[in-house]
Amino acid sequence: MNNSAHIDEHRDDEGAKTGMWIFIFTELLLFGGLFIVYSVYRYLNPAAFHLAAEELDTFIGTVNTVILLVSSMTIAMSISAIQYKNKKLTLLLMGITIFLALVFMVNKYFEWSGKIAHGIYPGSPTLMEASQGEILFFGLYYAMTGLHALHIVIGVAFIAYVMRMVVKDEVQHDNFTILENSGLYWHLVDLIWIFLFPLFYLIT
Amino acid sequence: MSDTVIRNHEPNYLEYQGRYKGIFAWIFSTDHKRIGLLYLYSMLVLFSIAAILGLLMKIELIAPGKTIMDAQTYNSFFTLHGITMIFLIVVPGLPAVFGNFFLPLMIGAKDVAFPKLNLLSWWIYILGAAVALSAQFFGDGPPDTGWTFYAPYSFRTGTNMLPAVTGAFILGFSSIATGINFIVTMHRMRAPGMTWMKMPLFPWALYGTSWIQVLATPIVGVTLLMIVLERTMQIGFFDPALGGDPILYQHLFWIYSHPAVYIMILPAMGVISEIIPTFARKTIFGYKAIVVSTLAIAFVGYFVWGHHMFTSGMSGTALYTFSILTFLVAIPSAIKIFNWVATLHKASIDIQTPFLWALCFLFVFMIGGLSGMVLGALSANVHLHDTAFVVAHFHFIVFGGTGYAFFGALHYWYPKMFGRMYDKGWANIGLAVFFTGFNTLYLPMFYLGMIGMPRRYYDYVEEFHGPNIVSSFGAMLMIAGLVIIITNLVRSARKGEIAEADPWKGKTLEWTVASPPTLENFAEIPVVTKLPYDYE
Repeated sequence: MNNSAHIDEHRDDEGAKTGMWIFIFTELLLFGGLFIVYSVYRYLNPAAFHLAAEELDTFIGTVNTVILLVSSMTIAMSISAIQYKNKKLTLLLMGITIFLALVFMVNKYFEWSGKIAHGIYPGSPTLMEASQGEILFFGLYYAMTGLHALHIVIGVAFIAYVMRMVVKDEVQHDNFTILENSGLYWHLVDLIWIFLFPLFYLIT
Repeated sequence: MSDTVIRNHEPNYLEYQGRYKGIFAWIFSTDHKRIGLLYLYSMLVLFSIAAILGLLMKIELIAPGKTIMDAQTYNSFFTLHGITMIFLIVVPGLPAVFGNFFLPLMIGAKDVAFPKLNLLSWWIYILGAAVALSAQFFGDGPPDTGWTFYAPYSFRTGTNMLPAVTGAFILGFSSIATGINFIVTMHRMRAPGMTWMKMPLFPWALYGTSWIQVLATPIVGVTLLMIVLERTMQIGFFDPALGGDPILYQHLFWIYSHPAVYIMILPAMGVISEIIPTFARKTIFGYKAIVVSTLAIAFVGYFVWGHHMFTSGMSGTALYTFSILTFLVAIPSAIKIFNWVATLHKASIDIQTPFLWALCFLFVFMIGGLSGMVLGALSANVHLHDTAFVVAHFHFIVFGGTGYAFFGALHYWYPKMFGRMYDKGWANIGLAVFFTGFNTLYLPMFYLGMIGMPRRYYDYVEEFHGPNIVSSFGAMLMIAGLVIIITNLVRSARKGEIAEADPWKGKTLEWTVASPPTLENFAEIPVVTKLPYDYE
């Protein structure tokens, strides 16, 4: 990979985890910017936000929340499994996590395409006739859940990459920091959804 | 004895042959020293372009009316000058070049904590630069919003904003990656015995800087992303026609971009804290006060962003609060100035080029800092907002502060980086010309701002003519100085005298290794028992 062989010998699990935690801070702040925008416009347009939120399907939202919570559990279990040296179970649990993430994305696809079919998407003629508060609500809805969905995709890619390392025995019971880090990232994705779900679907 | 012989035969990092040959041995290298130089060379090229743009703008302003360019060209020039200087040079500058090169050396480590991530952040930097600069070459003309991308103009203008904003967004990741890397490096890889309070001050400054990079950059990242969505999808966050609020954009932008000023200046202060004790041959005065004030600046710097918006429309309470906090942040900066000056008191000073740069830094930084107080006062700000005074102020801080520290650092660590010494005579002449030009260029702009000349105009009324001539002449002199300085440095990298391991009699760890250092920096990881500036 690189021309300075000594670097590959350096291994610091604690350092790698510290780095991941700081990176997670930056992700929280990234979404933090959007949460600020959300709270400002919610404060300015309470009635329109209430009206717009009723358009969203709470059922799909709830299902997706459960899916993400379960997937967070399975990735956490895979970290335990690798410590018990059970490679098969580790891979199975990671596979379930990825499968659940894909189900989440399929639900998201139906949810979004339903909205778009009703003519609700940024810049659509229907939306432009609605009140400014509703325009902002759906702008935020698409921006925030869209950015979250992008994180799901990145998370899936990350977990798939680590799965490959487990298959090749590069991740084992005494060397699994990268699996822990992918788990931490996945919990972050879950955590952000835990805040997005009530803000868009439940508070009306 | 045998140890010395072996060390002499070990190739230094410049000669080291790895798996790749030629240029690939550099652009795929994970050696922190080579990455530091990659950043240095990239920045020198970009800096030359942006400096020439600045010179052309000053030539345009040498007389009222159109001189060499029309209004639209002038607008795109100050935009490109700002984007390049801020996002590509001053913000990443000192950490990326000298932080990469010297942080591991100064704390007694063989590399940074994540060498591959380090290389990746250089590649992201190059990608971001390419995307941002591509805005010049296609689409409907170069961007003309200024580097701040203020809404709603940034999504109404027909010019090619998208690549510029996207490029700045990408650069944020490079900054975050470097920040994470440095924080973990300092937490995990300090040499045995080097407690936090025995760490040299440049690493300390980088520590404060890295936390700002990590905690502030994501906010501007998402804000720029919102501008991208605004332009592509009519999302309406900052568009009054759709219910959005342009002032909210300014808040979000400055929540990052004011702390970014401290990303620029903290490492500069760190460099000065290294240079001064070395040439004063004396322990730095008030080590702990400098450390605490570094952290205080990093912290208070978060809460002053509103002072960019005194005329934008905020409540009275917000105005007073931001004004008071702005005055507060001056205190830790002043503490450092007093510490540096107190270090020089009764010292046996060795006057060399890096020391002269540090002295010039103190001079211009104080002018920049005190003019910042003028702008932090509410009533004065209303008069001076968006005038040439502001331009003079931030050039004294950003160029006078960070720029001087950058060149000071380059002259200080040059023998360690290249193993050769530059021509000290030419270096001093270059500094003298540059320093004279710098002050001739920016001091008249304080006056111009006070008598009412607005910034970002390519034209002005006749009564501003005199000071503008002086200022434009200063710009030419300053560029001449830069040419001397850079030519001398470039030439000496091959032809300069061979430098010793410790030409300045410095006491920090980087001076204990060979010049240039070997690939692994230290044959054996040192054990630290003393304070960093131990001249007793």
